[in-house]
Amino acid sequence: MNLIARIAAPAAALALAGLAATACAPATSSGASQGDGKTGTLRVWLFREVGNAPKEKAVDAAVAGFVEAHEGVDVRVEYIPVETRAERIKAAFNDPESAPDVIEYGNTDTAGYVEDGGLADVTAEFEAWDEAADTDPAARQSVTVDGRVHGAPLFVGARALYYRTDVFADLGIEPPGTQDELVSTAKRIRAARPELYGIAVGGANTYGALPFIWAHGGGIAELRDGVWTSVIDSPASRKGIAAYAALFGEDNCPAATCAAMGGNATITAFAAGKAAMVIGGDFSRRAVEAGEAGGRYAVVPLPGVREGEIAPAFAGGNNLGVLRSTGHRTLAVDLMKRLAGKETQAALFEAMGFLPTFTDVRAAAVGKEPFAAPFIETLGSGSRFVPATPAWGQIDASLVLPRMFQEVVSGRKDVRTAASDAARTMDAAFAAAG
Amino acid sequence: MRPDPNATAPPGAGTAGTAARPPGPARGRPRPAAPARTGRRGGATPWLYLAPALVVLAALLVYPVYQLGLISFLEYTQAQVSGGQPTTFQGLGNYRTLLGDPRFRDVLLATVLFAAACVLATLAVGCTLAVLLTRVRALPRTALMLASLGAWATPAVTGSTVWLFLFDPDLGPVNRVLSLGDFSWTYGQYSAFLLVLLEVVWCSYPFVMVTVYAGIRAIPEEVLEAAALDGASSWRTWRSVMAPMLRPILVVVTIQSVIWDFKVFTQIYVMTGGGGIAGQNLVLNVYAYQKAFASSQYSLGSAVGVVMLLILLAVTLVYLRLLRRQGEDI
Repeated sequence: MNLIARIAAPAAALALAGLAATACAPATSSGASQGDGKTGTLRVWLFREVGNAPKEKAVDAAVAGFVEAHEGVDVRVEYIPVETRAERIKAAFNDPESAPDVIEYGNTDTAGYVEDGGLADVTAEFEAWDEAADTDPAARQSVTVDGRVHGAPLFVGARALYYRTDVFADLGIEPPGTQDELVSTAKRIRAARPELYGIAVGGANTYGALPFIWAHGGGIAELRDGVWTSVIDSPASRKGIAAYAALFGEDNCPAATCAAMGGNATITAFAAGKAAMVIGGDFSRRAVEAGEAGGRYAVVPLPGVREGEIAPAFAGGNNLGVLRSTGHRTLAVDLMKRLAGKETQAALFEAMGFLPTFTDVRAAAVGKEPFAAPFIETLGSGSRFVPATPAWGQIDASLVLPRMFQEVVSGRKDVRTAASDAARTMDAAFAAAG
Repeated sequence: MRPDPNATAPPGAGTAGTAARPPGPARGRPRPAAPARTGRRGGATPWLYLAPALVVLAALLVYPVYQLGLISFLEYTQAQVSGGQPTTFQGLGNYRTLLGDPRFRDVLLATVLFAAACVLATLAVGCTLAVLLTRVRALPRTALMLASLGAWATPAVTGSTVWLFLFDPDLGPVNRVLSLGDFSWTYGQYSAFLLVLLEVVWCSYPFVMVTVYAGIRAIPEEVLEAAALDGASSWRTWRSVMAPMLRPILVVVTIQSVIWDFKVFTQIYVMTGGGGIAGQNLVLNVYAYQKAFASSQYSLGSAVGVVMLLILLAVTLVYLRLLRRQGEDI
């Protein structure tokens, strides 16, 4: 009895102190535009890549052209570390005073950033842009939310199947032509070479796993009557999940080590010569080249269910966007178009190997760099994108899909239970995001 | 992270103490008339002296807790912070969401059990080694002290990484010595929790050990000598002589350990890769981090924080209350 009284006094004091401080509600930024200046300094944030110098050179050339065309305009480009981009960009949304005008951002963040009120709607300018007609539909989808365009695609990334040419030659086998063959090939390699994973797979490697679901006709979520509904527990999706889960086990990639691996860990295993195959992106090339596997690998598109099919890839990549808070909207949109235009994309492909988002520029790129061919072929056969809803950012960050895959591959839940649990979580997030 | 070992009342215990006993006339056990006489006469003077401390406390403690509580009643995500959506009052909505989430209940249960195991193990190891320190010669004592202080001084991230390496399935010496092959410690829920528990105990027992050792040194020699003459075993001496005399110190280190182990973050985050396979090793603090920062649901994260605060406050108050009933004045 006395305890209550004893707690009550300080609690009341706390509440009183609270009332006194009511004026200090949590901060909210207005985020509104500050006009449309025609001169001054434009600030740009781009991601700092590993070995950033070639990117800087390509960007500098584009910026020089822009500055020349606009009297009294200066452009300052900053390269921000990829690891802390989320914090930096959130901070930019919160504090328009110190925010840049144009940013580079990962395309899975589009819907979230739009919901946050950070990105400007540039639909009119994008439609009027002559170059935009050649934009790949999946790339275009990655800047579109509710039919409105919020940026310009800068490059796409795609994943395909890396394999060790020396191991395949030794064992006298061919790269797999179907997903069933992929499984049997992986197990055959593991049986013959127990020190290798047949194919390195990761329970947390969502974007390596999704092609299996898509290849079986499944998906993450669908837009039905304006509402996103999860389809990860549909029969087709479950087949895909089971196909991916079949790769975990002593006969290929033991769950005890592989369940915890993410995309980078699988690439590291392949690069270190511990795996005969891996699902890697065009952006993984440098890591593979630098490792044990360097010079002893080739890449083919990830096979689909039937012979001759290619499993749909996730169209990852980065976009450029104009911040809603910019004080130089017209100039910023012009700069965005120049930085994401055909000329710069072609230069960036040569400099960094970034796959262009314009179909014609991409076609021209294959001729120059044979390495890009399997990735471009994969993109050409149809690529997919994550649901364009602000809920996706939250689903991604709460690791819904990795948890589902990990539950299945570690045998904690069967495919049906894990998938329907994940579907329920996703549907709740979709509902909350409206 | 840990307070100065020489401080007799660490901040955690200190604030809990003040919360348990508001200023005013003494209550509880009857006291001599003295306090009652001086009780009202001081007027504003004591408050004047307390003012600097109270101002600092209000700024550093009350205000953040107030903000935490306030945000937990709102819909407050990144969209609200950057002005894309209006901030709305949710009442107890966030708490309802949390308590309705079976995942949160699992994490809460795991956290309580894990923290309890950590506290017991830490106290057991710390007290045992403290007693051992009083029994050994100078050289081994110095060695043990140095080793413990080394463990204590190691940053949590470094310690976790080293432990992870020690238990690595491919390269770790532990698996080689125990000939466990490529057994993965982080794969199973219990083995992963055990691994983290070992690291937590390793880096937190020195605080218990040093504090208790200091306490034992302060026990008059004659008392221990008398126990020895009576033929008491080490265990008996500890149970009937040392532990009762060390009770105030044990209370402080227990509360400290409870608070610290309940809030464990770094070890879980580093050693199980942010919560283990399929989130099997999540504890509340990592869960709150996932909610609040990774997915920018600041309001849900705050609600988790408030729940943690209330649990810790309750544990501390009940513990102090129990001790009080036993007639101890802490």
